[in-house]
Amino acid sequence: MNKHVSPRLNRRAFVIGTAAVGAGLAIGLDIPFGGPAVVRAADGSPEVGAWVVVRPDDTVVIRIARSEMGQGSLTGLAQLVAEELECDWTKVTTEYPTPGQSVARKRVWGDFSTGGSRGIRSSQDYVRKGGATARVMLIQAAADAWKVPASECTAANSVITHTPSGRTTTYGKVAEAAAKLSPPADVKLKDPKDWKLIGKGVKRLDTADKTTGAMIYGIDVKLPGMLNAAIKDCPVFGGKLKSFDEAKVSGMKGVKKVVKVGDTAVAVVADTWWHAKTALEALPIVWDEGDNAKVSSESIAKWLAEGLDDAQPAYVGNKNGDAKAAIAGAAKKIEAVYSYPYQNHATMEPMNATALYTADKCEVWCGTQNGEAAFAAVLEASGLPAEKCDVHKVMLGGGFGRRGQTDYVRQAVMIAKQMPGTPIKLLWSREEDMAHGKYHPITQCKMTGAFDANNNLVALHYRLSGQSILFSLRPEALQNGMDPAAFQGVAQSGEAAFGYSVPNLLIEHAMRNPHVPPGFWRGVNVNHNAIYMECFMDELAEAAGQDPLEFRRKLMGNHPKHLPVLNAVAEKIGWSTPAPQGVYRGIAQVMGYGSYVAGAAEISVTDGSKIKVHRIVASTDPGYVVNPAQVERQIAGSFVYGLSALFYGGCTVKDGKIEQTNFDTYNSMRINEMPKVETVMVPSGGFWGGVGEPTIGVAAPAVLNAYFAATGKRIRSVPLRDQNITFA
Amino acid sequence: MANLTINGKTFTLDVEPDTPLLWAIRENAGLTGTKYGCGIAQCGACTVHIDGVAMRSCGVSVSEAEGKKITTIEGLASGDSLHKVQEAWIAQDVPQCGYCQSGMIMAVAALLNEKPKPTDADIDEAITNICRCGTFAQVREAIHTIASA
Ligand code: FES
Ligand code: FES
Repeated sequence: MNKHVSPRLNRRAFVIGTAAVGAGLAIGLDIPFGGPAVVRAADGSPEVGAWVVVRPDDTVVIRIARSEMGQGSLTGLAQLVAEELECDWTKVTTEYPTPGQSVARKRVWGDFSTGGSRGIRSSQDYVRKGGATARVMLIQAAADAWKVPASECTAANSVITHTPSGRTTTYGKVAEAAAKLSPPADVKLKDPKDWKLIGKGVKRLDTADKTTGAMIYGIDVKLPGMLNAAIKDCPVFGGKLKSFDEAKVSGMKGVKKVVKVGDTAVAVVADTWWHAKTALEALPIVWDEGDNAKVSSESIAKWLAEGLDDAQPAYVGNKNGDAKAAIAGAAKKIEAVYSYPYQNHATMEPMNATALYTADKCEVWCGTQNGEAAFAAVLEASGLPAEKCDVHKVMLGGGFGRRGQTDYVRQAVMIAKQMPGTPIKLLWSREEDMAHGKYHPITQCKMTGAFDANNNLVALHYRLSGQSILFSLRPEALQNGMDPAAFQGVAQSGEAAFGYSVPNLLIEHAMRNPHVPPGFWRGVNVNHNAIYMECFMDELAEAAGQDPLEFRRKLMGNHPKHLPVLNAVAEKIGWSTPAPQGVYRGIAQVMGYGSYVAGAAEISVTDGSKIKVHRIVASTDPGYVVNPAQVERQIAGSFVYGLSALFYGGCTVKDGKIEQTNFDTYNSMRINEMPKVETVMVPSGGFWGGVGEPTIGVAAPAVLNAYFAATGKRIRSVPLRDQNITFA
Repeated sequence: MANLTINGKTFTLDVEPDTPLLWAIRENAGLTGTKYGCGIAQCGACTVHIDGVAMRSCGVSVSEAEGKKITTIEGLASGDSLHKVQEAWIAQDVPQCGYCQSGMIMAVAALLNEKPKPTDADIDEAITNICRCGTFAQVREAIHTIASA
């Protein structure tokens, strides 16, 4: 068992919701009188199955393996467990087991990874079973005590009732006995129609401390004797650190040490981060920038444009009939080229991690979207075995995919390793965060559509050129070199399937990987694929002289899940009635992360360059909605993130480096620019789709299509700021 | 050395006078509720009240703040009773990740002090904080709820 004594965060950190509770969770085995093992939480309360701890006062502690980063999964997952557990929701609290504990218990809590809108949908089955298992054990314990058959007992609100006699007891009273029972081999989950808590917009479990400053994020971690580090990695990706002149800064106030971090970075360690950062800025550094220093946005764009040429090799992701032949013989064809830039995640809280390395252990405190990946990074960077390492997850100041990567964790350990016994908090400046993102991949797309003499779409050729995320981050997931994820939203089938039927279809990807490191950025490849396809759908509708909605509907007859979601949006925005004077509409739909989504926007445009977004309507069919209040917030948030990228985003490359340095050059939407998002949830049941990401796909195309409706001009590249278009 | 009055308490801190107030608050006074987001007065995560006015503490030096009344998110409640903005934030479930919310709440508290019944236009003008999670609709709703109470 992984029993450790961790340096104490301040006491407060342990009682704030879930944030740091995991740091205090030590699992011990208690084998009284040789009976079955009872696993106990740090406070001595018994575990009733791995997911549930019940305290004598009936408090139910639900274990959460996935990370909470604002998306609300912590609350949603607790709802799933509590639904089956039949416990009193007002007495539910949560805690994070650590990855080290999970590994030591044969990964009893499953996957910790929190990306791909997977938090709920990929764990819903086993966490509900965790709740049901605990319920069965608690009821059995009560039945045993009463010497009655368990089948005569029921549970609700943490109270167990023996129906024939009317006797009652509570979970807290029978938890000790329940913990000694063997878990049932199989449990039956409730029929969704019997759900009481799933589907309710209950309040989040982690709000209060976010309003008082008490919530502990990675940046707030404090350990006794801790020092602070500021870091600079070679601004040209792939470049190396040549030398630095420590003597120039070693006398500066608070500076303790200047250390090399791997081959590429240098860090100043000081008493405060402000001192560390000030000294780092004064530190003379010589970089070996290498050949990548010759790369620019222009050179990347040129290389990608070459990939649009049919003569170049490409992977085929979706195919039907013979698109090239059909286009060649068509009565009419249209063609357009679109592009999408790099984007930085710009999480509100810059990357950071705190590491303590000693000869026999290495522990890290950080916000991470993937506790187990962070754990693996600690093992690798420390060189210590699993039983001597652990990761304590704290609240994330935003993730959006960025904190699924572990570069910052590795760096913190590499620095701490050079100062054994001293806890080191590494914090990136915003400038470092902008310079060393894992960027939304860059792509271009050439689309050709062809019509017969009756304006029916007979062929579509979609040729994507650009970067693959999997090539860089998960090469093992490539299929004979092809990146299947590159076709998110336009795939043949699966969780991101194309929603239109076109008799002759060719969707292909000419993979071209510039040196800028790509990453999973909220919505991932759905972002550009949905812009390209949905804006081009509008172009096709225009060329066919048809209404954009009607044009789409005709192609969606064989897509019975896609279509109702589009219809729901059309109805809500009032597509069949004229928009107010001077206001124009755009519409879009896509599938991603197992959910069907659509969006529509109403905008007005002044002088061709000032956009006011009046209304946004978004619809989703994620199968089941666990917490509608949180789903509504995720949808709204995805629009803010997607439209910020559309209007203000875009990272450009000069001399091999990212040019944007902070929010002055990489802006984000403010309250005055964002209308309320009107959401329509149409869960059709029978499947579990994701929520955090899918709707971002329709945000930009809905607005771009409305812009065309307003101005008659197509915008085929992002961001709008480069075209001097901004918010009114 | 600098003397700062934060949340009614005097802190004698070993900081250089040109240190941004944000870092003196977070690292020297140990009050980490005030957040770092940009360091260049763009995002508002570091908003505190200085003599009752909402200010971005990353853009204010310690020497400028000396002798003034500084209130951080930790000092917004009076004793055990939360400030009405904090209460509204909880009632409305405003925060997502919450990282921007200390600054957001401080900005809103200052606005409501000045204009107890702000219009949407007042909100648009006064609340310019970045929220990457996109909580704007809930922020606006919560402000109106307070104003109409
Ligand atoms: S940290 Fe001060 S405004 Fe961003
Ligand atoms: S709640 Fe996450 S940045 Fe605002």
